[in-house]
Amino acid sequence: MEAFAYANPTSLKEAIASLGTNWDDAAILAGGTDLITLMKQYVYSPKKVVNIKGIKELKGIERTGDGGFRIGAAVTIDELLKNRILGEEFPALRMAAKGITSPQMRHMGTVGGDLCQRPRCWYFRNGFGLLALKDGKSLVADGENQYHAILGHNGKAFFVSASSFGPALVACGAKLKIASPSGEREVSAEDFFRIPASETEREVDLKPNEILTEILLPVSRGTISSTYEVRQREVFDWPLATASVMLRMSGGKVSEARIALGHVAPKPWRATAAEQALKGQTINEETAGKAGEAAVAGAQPLSQNGYKVQLAKTAVKRALLAAKA
Amino acid sequence: MAEYKWPAMAERSWIGKRVSRLDGPQKSGGRAKYGSDMNPAQLLHGAILTSPYAHAKINSIDTSAAKASPGVTAVITIEDAGKEIQWEGTIIAAVAAETEAQARDAARKIKVDWQVLPHLVQDDDLGKAGSRAKPAGEKIQGDPDAAKTGAAFRMSGEYGIPVLTHCCLEPHGQVIQWKGDEIVSWSSTQSVSNYAGDLGGQIEVPATAIKVHQDHIGGGFGSKFQSDQWGAFCAQLSKQSGGRPVKFFLDRNVELMIAGNRPSHYAKITLGADNAGKITLWESDSWSSGGFAGGNIPPIPYVFTKIANQRLSHNAVSTNNGPQRAWRAPNHPQASYLTCAAIDDLAAKMGKDPLEVFLANFDLTARGDAYTRQLKKAAKLIDWAGNWKGRGKNRQGHIAHGLGIGVATWGGAGHDSRATARIHPDGTVELECGTQDLGTGTRTIMTQVAAETLGLPMDAIRLKIGENAYPPSGASGGSTTAGGVSSSTRIATTDVLNLLFEQLSSSLDNTPAANLEARNGRIQVKGNPAKGMSWREACRKLASPIEALGHNNPRNPRGLNTGGAAGVQVAKVSVDTETGVVTLDKIVAVQDCGLILNPKTAESQVYGAMIMSVCGALYEERIVDELTGRMLNADMEFYKLAGAPDIGEMVVEMEIDPENDARGVIGLGEPPVISGIAAIGNAVANAIGVRVPMVPLTPRRVLDAMNGNGRIS
Ligand SMILES: Cc1cc2nc3c(=O)[nH]c(=O)nc-3n(C[C@H](O)[C@H](O)[C@H](O)COP(=O)(O)OP(=O)(O)OC[C@H]3O[C@@H](n4cnc5c(N)ncnc54)[C@H](O)[C@@H]3O)c2cc1C
Repeated sequence: MEAFAYANPTSLKEAIASLGTNWDDAAILAGGTDLITLMKQYVYSPKKVVNIKGIKELKGIERTGDGGFRIGAAVTIDELLKNRILGEEFPALRMAAKGITSPQMRHMGTVGGDLCQRPRCWYFRNGFGLLALKDGKSLVADGENQYHAILGHNGKAFFVSASSFGPALVACGAKLKIASPSGEREVSAEDFFRIPASETEREVDLKPNEILTEILLPVSRGTISSTYEVRQREVFDWPLATASVMLRMSGGKVSEARIALGHVAPKPWRATAAEQALKGQTINEETAGKAGEAAVAGAQPLSQNGYKVQLAKTAVKRALLAAKA
Repeated sequence: MAEYKWPAMAERSWIGKRVSRLDGPQKSGGRAKYGSDMNPAQLLHGAILTSPYAHAKINSIDTSAAKASPGVTAVITIEDAGKEIQWEGTIIAAVAAETEAQARDAARKIKVDWQVLPHLVQDDDLGKAGSRAKPAGEKIQGDPDAAKTGAAFRMSGEYGIPVLTHCCLEPHGQVIQWKGDEIVSWSSTQSVSNYAGDLGGQIEVPATAIKVHQDHIGGGFGSKFQSDQWGAFCAQLSKQSGGRPVKFFLDRNVELMIAGNRPSHYAKITLGADNAGKITLWESDSWSSGGFAGGNIPPIPYVFTKIANQRLSHNAVSTNNGPQRAWRAPNHPQASYLTCAAIDDLAAKMGKDPLEVFLANFDLTARGDAYTRQLKKAAKLIDWAGNWKGRGKNRQGHIAHGLGIGVATWGGAGHDSRATARIHPDGTVELECGTQDLGTGTRTIMTQVAAETLGLPMDAIRLKIGENAYPPSGASGGSTTAGGVSSSTRIATTDVLNLLFEQLSSSLDNTPAANLEARNGRIQVKGNPAKGMSWREACRKLASPIEALGHNNPRNPRGLNTGGAAGVQVAKVSVDTETGVVTLDKIVAVQDCGLILNPKTAESQVYGAMIMSVCGALYEERIVDELTGRMLNADMEFYKLAGAPDIGEMVVEMEIDPENDARGVIGLGEPPVISGIAAIGNAVANAIGVRVPMVPLTPRRVLDAMNGNGRIS
């Protein structure tokens, strides 16, 4: 990797002050499981690296005043998994975390890092840029795209959002807190993820000098949730398609549904048509199957990834059935 | 003339026993030292610059910035201006520096001006290969046309198996010091005895000036026979750095690109059979690629070589990818897959149980009795009768179950091997051999044989291998090591024991050497154990150490080793028909390999091979991109291997019986790695009701096949 300066702040304020206004000025280092790889492969070479693991404000999992949860951005995946009550109230989140099967990854990787990790698109990782453009045209569309997006690619960004927590938090209606030089702001998990329109944009709603500080989960009472991930291997691997669902039930029927798909679009993909289809329904093979169909109705598969439509559909169906079980 | 033959089965104290690997604790405890663990004083680090293009010409190279980079001690260009390179990852230049980081930084400062040329990197579509495909083999036997028209059943299918890389856990490389006129190397090699000559040839240094050490190797699988260009430039870098040692190992990505691969094989196959289910016709149009040099015709029809009527034609496809190297049982896993898949499809076409079809055709093989016996055993172990249903007929909800068969054959006779056994007057015993232990248990079996012959406990033998100063012994490839080193050890220890007997004769009432035996730590008169003395006492009578050199001459193995292993594997899978995810439930291997020196290490060898088959059947493939010419999965993230939870239940049945035992030792490196892919592929076809033409059986391919879009890509 290229040489870099190193900052090891102990407060949020200090950390923000050591960041820059361009992405190349400085990078935030949490567990480093993604950042260091990008740097070693010369995909990303920031001039400075700012370690945030020494910042107290970013740690801990607590109940909030309104009965929800606050998760510090620097909480590790392992810490999250060890919080039994959080897991019981938000099975969708626990199941997503469990999918990250590597113990090394769980112990080093953080929740904030998982949300902000860069795409695994192999063109991006091989140095062809985030959108993998060659002469203004995406390499992905005519290239090796079996793992790429079937939804939301808009003919430009074909990578898939890599975060497993993303869809779970979108489904659970989480909010994210962001610290910037001008103070704090809050965005919904759904709005946090974006589809970049150019090489220089990022996949998340952060400026180079902002830090994701915490994840806020709403009160879970009255909801059931789950995540289903289609994975080829049991050993650490990327899911091929996932679905996180959260349902508010009344009298055995769905009064509100939130469904987000993972690994099928450049951001966690909210399946509003599927949510609508479920309103007022009981959950069974048939309604769950129909919701799956609705979720992928707008899919635009590429030359090699038509199979992912079937996987996404199945993930939605199985997540719904698992939530109910 | 001494008697070398193996002791009778009932009389063995070490051979045939389930002895645990001697270096197991060292390895699992992290104490085993590999080449990359060597850090001699004053160590420098090497780094390379490789080609980012699959096909390009070097207009110019400028190394001046690298030479001026901090910490750099030497820079070497390996390819020069004007050179046309033919694959991504080609090494262009190498540097040595004080630290690894400095070396990498410097390598990146080497400027190459490229002229990028058109490439072909994908090999699955023969139509697209154009002039890069060259006819490379035709064969006609019998009357295929008549057989085709006369066949009661005819099946045509397409099958493909892609390029795999060796993906050695320890990448290729070495630490080398070239100081004055002596070179010392700690390398990762499958050929300790030949390494010096090979390296010396490259750098014009006599083999006698090169010392080679290797205690352990982290995988080779056929890709580590040579000293390679990295051996040569590492030595040059050391020399140019004033004789300081240099460490250079390939990075994972370059390892996967250029350090060896197993060629692809594709075939369109037509089989014909008569009413009784006997195969009468084999027709195949095949092609393969192992890189720029193309790819050889696989040994098809595999095992069923006596099919009466055959027509084969093969094309070698030259692609701009790193070159193939021997990969465990070169071309056999591919041939087994192509052949067994076609036979399985023929059985489906006939509406028959493939078990019956395989059994009905084993007389078309060289060892019909062995395969018949083995398949029957395997079928029993997997409860074929209780589990098999017709294609696509064994479903519970969205899970489909299936069974499949694969067959294998291999040679595996012992290579040329020499070993010296030495007995010291204090009773200690040394055995020296210029072989290597690939992790297979070579140390263990050699020690067992020596202890057996000398009637001693295993810990009385001090085994020394992994240095070229020891008597030369062959490269470990082709399953030749077990037969080679067990035989040379047997001969050396038998001969040195005879020398001891001869010297003792006078102390034992002039009992002739032939009437003495070594047993339970004693030298005694045969049939009269009371008359004798302890091993120590006996050795004390020696004035100086005695030694004997044992030689296994492959042309006269004296009945100690032989070739010809047969094996059958059957697999049971579950397929999630909604996701295409395949789970291996169980795989059974029935394998013969002559006299089994150690059932435990033999079984481990088969387990390891079956795990490799799971990888090849379900996960593993090189993905190269035609647009950029790049290998997109030159990592261990998308170059997928099975993890422990993915492997399923494995059952190994080694055929240990007097008949097999009497054949002598046969190697076991290749035989068990051949038939697993075929077995798993057939099990999936049985489960889902259609053939998935191409392995690995990813969810994409499985679902595509179920939707009627199965193809070889
Ligand atoms: C083989 C493999 C399989 C994996 N499988 C999965 C999987 O199935 N699902 C899944 O979700 N993940 C998976 N992961 C990814 C893993 O979970 C992430 O690498 C990890 O969570 C990242 O956390 P980190 O703390 O190490 O992040 P870092 O590497 O430290 O940071 C990642 C990125 O986020 C930025 N960042 C980190 N924290 C903050 C913050 N607080 N504010 C702003 N920016 C920040 C960094 O600057 C960097 O760009 C896998 C990884 C590997 C290697």
